[in-house]
Amino acid sequence: MIPTVYFLILSAVLFVIGTVGFLIKKDLITQFMCVEVMLNAANLAFIAFARSTSSLTGQIIVFFIITVAAAEAAVGLAIILLVYRQKKSIKTEDSSLMKG
Amino acid sequence: MRDIFWLIPLVPALSTLILAVFGEKLPKKYISFQACGAVFISFLISLYSFLGLLKISPTEYPVVKNLFTWIHAGNFQANLSFQFDPLTAVMTLVVTAVGFLIHVYSIGYMAEDRSYSRFFTLMNLFTFSMLVLVMASNLVLMFVGWEGVGFCSYMLIGFWFEKHSAANAGKKAFIVNRIGDAGFLIGMLFILVSVGSTEFASINNAIAGGSLSHGLVTLIAILLFVGATGKSAQIPLYVWLPDAMEGPTPVSALIHAATMVTAGVYMVARMNIFYTTSEAAGSIVAIIGAVTAVYAGTMALTQNDIKRVLAYSTISQIGYMFIGCGVGAYAAGIFHLYTHAFFKSLLFLAAGSVMHALSGELDMRKMGGLKKYLPYTYPTFLIGAIAIAGVPFLSGFFSKDAILTSAFAQGQYLVWALGLLGAVLTAFYMFRLIFLTFHGKERIEPEVKKHIHESPPVMTTPLAILAFFSVIAGYIGLPVVLGKNINWFDRFLAPIMHKGHGHEAHLGMGTEWLLIVISVIVALTGIFIAYVFYLKKPSVPHALVKRFPFLYKLLYNKYYVDEAYDYVFVRPTLKGSEFVYDKFDLNIIDGAVNGAASGTGFFGKILSFFQTGFIKDYALVFLLGAIILLGLLIF
Amino acid sequence: MAVFLFVLLSLTCIGSILGMILSKNQAHSALYLILAFVCTGGLFGLMNAPFIAVVQIIIYAGAIMVLFIFVIMMIDIRKGLSPERKKWILYPSLGIGLILIIELIVILNNALGPSKARAVESIGSPKTLGKILFTKYLYPFEITSILIIAALVGALVLVKKKEEK
Repeated sequence: MIPTVYFLILSAVLFVIGTVGFLIKKDLITQFMCVEVMLNAANLAFIAFARSTSSLTGQIIVFFIITVAAAEAAVGLAIILLVYRQKKSIKTEDSSLMKG
Repeated sequence: MRDIFWLIPLVPALSTLILAVFGEKLPKKYISFQACGAVFISFLISLYSFLGLLKISPTEYPVVKNLFTWIHAGNFQANLSFQFDPLTAVMTLVVTAVGFLIHVYSIGYMAEDRSYSRFFTLMNLFTFSMLVLVMASNLVLMFVGWEGVGFCSYMLIGFWFEKHSAANAGKKAFIVNRIGDAGFLIGMLFILVSVGSTEFASINNAIAGGSLSHGLVTLIAILLFVGATGKSAQIPLYVWLPDAMEGPTPVSALIHAATMVTAGVYMVARMNIFYTTSEAAGSIVAIIGAVTAVYAGTMALTQNDIKRVLAYSTISQIGYMFIGCGVGAYAAGIFHLYTHAFFKSLLFLAAGSVMHALSGELDMRKMGGLKKYLPYTYPTFLIGAIAIAGVPFLSGFFSKDAILTSAFAQGQYLVWALGLLGAVLTAFYMFRLIFLTFHGKERIEPEVKKHIHESPPVMTTPLAILAFFSVIAGYIGLPVVLGKNINWFDRFLAPIMHKGHGHEAHLGMGTEWLLIVISVIVALTGIFIAYVFYLKKPSVPHALVKRFPFLYKLLYNKYYVDEAYDYVFVRPTLKGSEFVYDKFDLNIIDGAVNGAASGTGFFGKILSFFQTGFIKDYALVFLLGAIILLGLLIF
Repeated sequence: MAVFLFVLLSLTCIGSILGMILSKNQAHSALYLILAFVCTGGLFGLMNAPFIAVVQIIIYAGAIMVLFIFVIMMIDIRKGLSPERKKWILYPSLGIGLILIIELIVILNNALGPSKARAVESIGSPKTLGKILFTKYLYPFEITSILIIAALVGALVLVKKKEEK
């Protein structure tokens, strides 16, 4: 039996890597992918807890998270496409209309 | 009686409410009916309560009805409670009876006025306030009535507010009143601190029991009297009363002759224990009353405006009432209040009738010979003048004589002498008024003469009734010379007066008769001199004016007191206010408000540095926040 | 055996994510991510959640990443991106990452209650999941389907080219 703690630590590591990656990268697509990574890490944590408390709730939550992440990815990518159409670039820095 | 006397103030209050809300929409006839009816009902209840009072023994005075607890803060409690005792009975009867007659008169006088309902609303409100004042059983509630009448006075003086002079007169009245009220309030606070309650019964017990030091009693008495000088127009706060003649004549009659200005006298009489215990305070009251009586009388000598003469006469007569109270003869003072209410309001209403006849003219130099045009107004006016002059057998004689005799009996000879002087002046200026207005050559403007008409019955009937009472009202207080214990009024009021450690002065019969004879001679002298000056030899006044121009100017311009007050008090206050406005209001307060606004803008600018528009920066800050929160969770 | 699998999967996962981040080419990043998702699926399987594991691989690795790759293809990036004007963000982010991980580990260490002895094997089976999904969690299930439709329609509307008049 693998102690649940290991999974939790793994989830934490993945989450942090995803966060740092989001902050570092300069193009929209990769940043979005890092967001997906963060979601995944959360999923890992949920499953780990579901396992440790022997309840199914955690797994159901993950089910829904995956579904919603799919929907979110669809819409998010559509937006990225639109941004590309407008700015002809996917550099995050170029979309700074909310300045001030 | 016990059950309904507390309704006396509430009936006019109800009428006021109805008129205030619906007045504009109601027909004039109904307004008149309701307003006068309310006061009449109050009168009936007062009469009933008075009769009930006669039936119970004096040990049960006062009858108190506590309606509810109004203020309850710590140890201090002030209730909405009314009381009924002889003094209150006299006051309520005077206020409601005279008030009713004046309300009826106003139906005719204000018939053409476009703010008819507002007038009656305010008159009823005034009646309510005055009744609260005289029926209150504690100082706080009395103060409520006190302020209420001051407010109504302001509203009614400035009734025709489009006229600048009227609006200013209203303001002046209110402000001067307020100054007096400050004194009253401070006195009340002293009482509260030292006695613990403002109920009259508690105050009387505390002082009778000796728990207040003599100095404190004197101080409080003087402070309360300051309030009385404001309300009752004595020196130094009398300046508003002549200006108050800008208001409609019924207002002058009701408020500035019969009721509000007598509130100060009522208060002194109610608080008589103070003025008996502290002889110094009593003396101050008497002296100020005496000086005011003469002072105002001198100013009345030269006025040409018929209402101004009456205004100064009122100030003078109230001075007499204070003489009475100051020397310890509170019953005499109240007696004069009661008779004065009748003949002064009669005089004012009759003057109003004259003005009505002459389409609003009030300068006596443009009158004369009106005797034949005003067959109802003239006799009533004459009766009023005779009464006030102190001619025997009319009411004014009995009351004035009572006061002067008491002053002499208490050894206050200076006060007595001043009172006599005032009597001469009173007789003189009143008959000057009569002769100038009704006798002699006609000096009326032709335009005005065309429209001369006697007033309608709704105005002359109250005049007749008041004249009747001016004659007979004095007989309930006959002087001692005609027999011991014949002064019913004195006996009636005796239970509420506290005998101080002063001397019970009694004069011999001979002295009493002598004093009466002197008063009569004085009065007749005044009338005779007026007769000479204005009927026989009209050139004499003019000659006198020529010989003493300075004196005449001084009197005519009211001793320049108004100008002096303006210079010493009003202008510095205005200048001071402007200064404060400039430096403090504009700079500090506006600065603070504007500063807050611009500060917010400034901080907004600073914060906008953080809004770079880059998602990454936002995410950075976001995560920083999350880290901090998590950190808080851990530690 | 399980431990060995765990170590293998986790290391691969971490490695591929690192690779995704460090790669300059978006297509490569996408492929790395697919690998990461597959490993995660395996990890789910290790944790007694077989159904979820399969769902993860089908949807995440199969559908979402394909979407990503479509979009990457549509966005024509031949040359690399120009360097950023602000370069200062690297070190703070690393710092934040460090702090974050320490915090998370501390929290998660204390988050577990007394550990159960053995998890029932069949806990994650489709049968149990299905039972609970269609009874207790019926509402979320249905609403999520509406959500998906909404996202679908939204994405379509967003990307539609304006008709030339």
